[in-house]
Amino acid sequence: MAVLPLLTVPDARLGQVSEPVVDFDADLRRFAADLEETRLAGPAAVGIAAPQVGRFQRLIIIDVPPKKGGATHGHLVLVNPEIVHWEGWEMGREGCLSVPDYTGNVIRATRLRLQAQTLDGTARELEMEGFEARVAQHEIDHLDGLLFVDRVVSRRTDLFRRKVYRSRGRPAGSDGH
Amino acid sequence: MLTLVGEDRPGIVAAVTRALYDAGCNLGEASMIRLGGNFTIMLMVNGGQPGARLEEALAPVAADLGLRCHIDPIPGALDRHPVPNIQVRVMGADRAGIVAEVTEVLAATGFNILELDSSVCGEPGRPLYIMNILGCSGEALEVLDEAMAGLRARGVSIDIAPIETMIG
Repeated sequence: MAVLPLLTVPDARLGQVSEPVVDFDADLRRFAADLEETRLAGPAAVGIAAPQVGRFQRLIIIDVPPKKGGATHGHLVLVNPEIVHWEGWEMGREGCLSVPDYTGNVIRATRLRLQAQTLDGTARELEMEGFEARVAQHEIDHLDGLLFVDRVVSRRTDLFRRKVYRSRGRPAGSDGH
Repeated sequence: MLTLVGEDRPGIVAAVTRALYDAGCNLGEASMIRLGGNFTIMLMVNGGQPGARLEEALAPVAADLGLRCHIDPIPGALDRHPVPNIQVRVMGADRAGIVAEVTEVLAATGFNILELDSSVCGEPGRPLYIMNILGCSGEALEVLDEAMAGLRARGVSIDIAPIETMIG
């Protein structure tokens, strides 16, 4: 196991769209273990995505202990995650291992249903809400080359922009409104 | 720390920052916002210029745009930003003393204000004061909440909420 070097802004590679995982092999499992070690080495991160360490594959790790906001799934490695349903929205403050020393307010959906695979390729479907749903959206954004700073509404107030952010490969308004 | 205030109009930021750039300055953290019809700028500026030279460089722009300018030499370095963990929203009929009363209570608990913005809105004759505070507190939410009981009893709406910052 190894702590991998993190890409940080303004590294252009953070804007790269990651490829789906095809091979569910030992190398992938080794990488997932390294990614987890990298997450734990940093400042209290509840999630990390493969492209943050320069591996442009659709794999994320989320770890929201059940005590935070009720029913959560705890530690999750999600491969090829896809959000298939969004509901509601909420403002919340986010920071990122790839954007040191900056936090800002971002609007995220409050309830999600997502499909993903486990490290051995098994398909699974999960429902998430609140803080855990926020983490999933933040990490999946990384797979699409997006950082939370691309979505920061305002550091100052609760106000939000009327127009939903539109980005590469993701339709505007895809948050289910 | 450079402070500039003047009647709001388009082009202030562009003219000021151009003049600073041309004077060899590097800009740091800034707060620029319209307050009651005025445009206000507080800006960290770094550049080999002593204050007097900076004032000189800005004089034509300030005269042109009707800006009042103030410069305080201060030490500055890359700052580690404390992350706020508490948000306090205050709303009440506008009257003198609300800010002092609320912030005194917060200060007594050791609350450190990182940001405070406020608006006076509502209808003429019935102005409403709305204030939003972000800050750091080592106290439990209940302690802060209880500390506000007296103010609440006097008709000020005070909402205290934790800010959970997601790092991912």
